[in-house]
Amino acid sequence: MRILLLLAALIAAPAGAQVAPRLIADLSQSRIDIVYTFAGAELLVFGAIQYPDGKMPDERPDMAIIVRGPPESITVRRKERVLGVWVNTDAVRFETAPAFFHAASTRPILDIVDERTAAIFELSPEYLQLSPGGGADAATVTAFEAGLLGTWGSEDLYGADPVGVDIVEDVLYRARIDLPSKVPVGTYSVEIHLIQDGDVVSSATQTISVEKSGFERAVFMMAQNKGAAYGVFAVSIALLLGWLAGVILKR
Amino acid sequence: MDIYLPIAELSVNAAVIIGLGLIVGITSGLFGVGGGFLMTPLLMFYGIPPAVAVASSATQVTGSSVSGAMAHWRRGGVDLKMGAVLVAGGIVGALLGSLLFSLLQTIGQIDLTISLIYVVFLSIVGFSMLTETVRTLRRQAKGIRPKRTKRHNAFIAALPGRMRFRAAGLYISPLAPFLIGILVGVLTFVMGIGGGLIMVPILIYVLGMSVSVVVGTSLFQIVFTTAAITMLHAVQSKTVDIVLAVLLLLGGVIGAQLGARIAIGLPPEKLRLALAILVLIVAGRLLFGLTVAPDNLFSVQLGGI
Repeated sequence: MRILLLLAALIAAPAGAQVAPRLIADLSQSRIDIVYTFAGAELLVFGAIQYPDGKMPDERPDMAIIVRGPPESITVRRKERVLGVWVNTDAVRFETAPAFFHAASTRPILDIVDERTAAIFELSPEYLQLSPGGGADAATVTAFEAGLLGTWGSEDLYGADPVGVDIVEDVLYRARIDLPSKVPVGTYSVEIHLIQDGDVVSSATQTISVEKSGFERAVFMMAQNKGAAYGVFAVSIALLLGWLAGVILKR
Repeated sequence: MDIYLPIAELSVNAAVIIGLGLIVGITSGLFGVGGGFLMTPLLMFYGIPPAVAVASSATQVTGSSVSGAMAHWRRGGVDLKMGAVLVAGGIVGALLGSLLFSLLQTIGQIDLTISLIYVVFLSIVGFSMLTETVRTLRRQAKGIRPKRTKRHNAFIAALPGRMRFRAAGLYISPLAPFLIGILVGVLTFVMGIGGGLIMVPILIYVLGMSVSVVVGTSLFQIVFTTAAITMLHAVQSKTVDIVLAVLLLLGGVIGAQLGARIAIGLPPEKLRLALAILVLIVAGRLLFGLTVAPDNLFSVQLGGI
């Protein structure tokens, strides 16, 4: 992705004779802590467009902002009716699906760029390059990609907001992206693209980490790293609570 | 109030989960069963991943069975030797269950298998309980005394190496309860239940164990087997959510005491009839869930294949 951005910047620079505008970007927070009250979070992406020599553009600029979670290898399964019961039959594996992907733009993405640019910059979930595992034919892969977008779309892990970026006075921009409580932990990247005349003319990237913290982290780490101790702990708590309840409630 | 579950990795409404525990607890106190057969499906309907639901529900069962087991123990209602054989079988069964569980998880059939096993076993248990209870109620209505049940099962009598189980009033091969322990252990692991619903009728009707120690011995084996299963889940699948288990226990233990109090004075046969119907409703609901076309044919699993 970074290489793509760099290439795009290199190509874009000589094309327009003038120097490209610069993007200044910041996030409402640089990390999101998952604590016991965590019920999702709201990420605010904001900043300014700095035009060379302070010259404002003739047309309103367009922007696309992408929040992308850590890449995961996943398996998508499809159910079919077998003897009256719905059973998982076919499966397609995708090697690099982001575990979270939300896109926001000033206008519907195909009103701003053509499909090719949308695919190069992965400006919307349907343009993600998911690297399907071998074996399946193109039609099957397309169907399973749609299945993935539908499934994670309904869980709010994937989404696109065609009017999610506001630009004030052609200079200040902001976008709000909601993270559901089911967000996976890891390092997220936020990609901010300025689009003029159907082309990405400037980009900026920020990162944000989503981590469990405090009690939630302690429990998770113990469960992951010290399984046996965690098991003993869980059994002891269960026995203690059960015994206490019996003693207290018996009068 | 929303609480984030660290292992299930999602946020749940704490009041709803405690309420679930309470309802299941009342049911279990009322009918004298563990209630795991209600708990696991309810958690899955709520959206908890099946692997977390069965593991945490096993932890919950440990807690909710311990005070009952201790009460029976003090009353002398536990056949320790029989209990130990059942636990040994249960642990072997749990190991087999864990192999089965991770195999099914990799090939993506775990949800289906859990549901199918539920449907099959709850149907068998529900129907046999229903016919048995209806027969007893008819006899009571006509005033006929029940026939004595056959004490000896030819297959079990043929097993080698008989041992005396004094409290249980049995002189049988320990292989029989050991095999029963294995069966219940597998089911406990895969279904996230205590297994009393299956264990109690087998002990009474197949082994012919004396009724006064059946429930205590069954509770004894449930505490140890579910504790072993919690350990297995914790080490292997890492799907025990202690926060979820504690929330369920908070509601469950209170509910169980309430249910036990309500049950006093209610006719036991009518209670059994109600339980049989409840078991069949759960089985029917799960079967319906398998046959109705899902909204989304696709599902996504991290890793896999």
